[in-house]
Amino acid sequence: MEIFLIDKIVLIVAVFGITLLFALYSTYAERKVAAFIQDRLGPNRAGIFGILQPLADGVKFFLKEEFIPAHADKALFILGPSVSMTTALMTSAVIPWGNSLELFDRVISLQITDLNIGILYVFAVVSIGVYGIMIGGWASNNKFSLLGALRASSQMISYEIAMGLSIIALVMTTGTLSLGEIVQQQNGSIFGISGASWNIIYQPLGFLIFMICAFAECNRTPFDLPESENELVGGYHTEYSSMKLGFFLFAEYTNMFISSAIMSSLYFGGYNFPFMDQLGLSHNLVTILGTTFLFAKIVMFIFLFMWVRWTLPRFRYDQLMRMGWKMLIPLALINIIITGLLIVVLK
Amino acid sequence: MDQLVFLILSIISIGAALAVIFSKNPVYSVLFLILTFFSIAGHYVLLNAQFLFIVHIIVYAGAIMVLFLFVIMLLNLNKTNETSKSMLPKIAGAISGGLLLIVLLGAVKGLNQAEASQAVNADMGSVKNLGKILFSEYLLPFEVSSALFLSAMIGAVMLGKKNLKDH
Repeated sequence: MEIFLIDKIVLIVAVFGITLLFALYSTYAERKVAAFIQDRLGPNRAGIFGILQPLADGVKFFLKEEFIPAHADKALFILGPSVSMTTALMTSAVIPWGNSLELFDRVISLQITDLNIGILYVFAVVSIGVYGIMIGGWASNNKFSLLGALRASSQMISYEIAMGLSIIALVMTTGTLSLGEIVQQQNGSIFGISGASWNIIYQPLGFLIFMICAFAECNRTPFDLPESENELVGGYHTEYSSMKLGFFLFAEYTNMFISSAIMSSLYFGGYNFPFMDQLGLSHNLVTILGTTFLFAKIVMFIFLFMWVRWTLPRFRYDQLMRMGWKMLIPLALINIIITGLLIVVLK
Repeated sequence: MDQLVFLILSIISIGAALAVIFSKNPVYSVLFLILTFFSIAGHYVLLNAQFLFIVHIIVYAGAIMVLFLFVIMLLNLNKTNETSKSMLPKIAGAISGGLLLIVLLGAVKGLNQAEASQAVNADMGSVKNLGKILFSEYLLPFEVSSALFLSAMIGAVMLGKKNLKDH
């Protein structure tokens, strides 16, 4: 029992650290990618290639003056960014970061906990994440903040529905709600290549819907209306300064990392990679390679997030709502029907 | 261990429920109501009903309460623009609420105490068992309730359309 606890605590701290590190360097990567796309150099003063830029930003955030507007609700003003950050970090508990390691005559799973309702847990945490933005926007006592918060929350609620429907089709094909089992199932071989039976092959439309909704849930371009600066000053975090603003921005990057990890796990095989069982390597080595592959997939998704941000303009608000309710939800329902028919016909 | 968790959850849920009533600011009331829902969801986990736990959070805390908060934030209710109420509705409310409590207490006291050992089964609330029971034993009520939801949805859409002739 005690050994089990120590394993889990080490794993939790490691996942926590890696998540924060990724979020930290996502801010750097975002600026470098933006610079690359716009034919600039990007941050290049702090350290070699500007590699210390995120640390400099962090120090700056901490040293800025802590300012709370006079008519703001103090308790809720502080609660807002805290809820955002906490919910952004909570999801990582059910993601399988790798297969199991065999160390010290024990088998250690690289998943913090394999809930049998893992997908629903992710979904619940995502739906709670709205509160951080709403509370923060309302407590600022500023009309631009409130409008930004209302936009953000109505957008997130709308796209949650399509996201849930796309997950239902996935659950129908896999027959389980546990993330660990879903990733395990993608280990199967296809055309004689082991570890390549990824869900993207069976659910291409479902993946597309899920990815669009993930963009909307993270409030990323083309869905970044909550903070469209030409209409709303800064959106829901207009009144925030110092590390509280840092938390809101950081939560966005954490969400981006986590949703990349979830997309990789649900549709792109998680820690599975082609030929994984045919290489003849030891179990531990395959696990480490698998984790490396998972992180490679995550990095590619993060790059996709940034690529889209610096390529596409943002939607108008009515376009956003029309797309969510009149296009994505019917499409997701059709996807469920097609999946159901195929399952019945093929069995 | 279970006892301790139960105690903590109970204290939080009762405290938060009281705070819902006593908060001056409606936004605080809603936030405390969300906290109450969370602690009740915690009780579901103690009863091995994981599915109910997660659905409770998704539906109540994640969807319905967001809309609640939405409306209250938009109306921007606070002490200054609250119309002054006379004492009569308050007294009537307290009496009727108290009567309801007595009825509920009487009803609960009349029930046979379910045996604790019978209720605790690790798989009882799992999605698999719940689905099997819903689609076999309780199929008719399940389908009827879905018809109810559909009619509620259509009703909401009808109410949402301001003027049908325009469309």
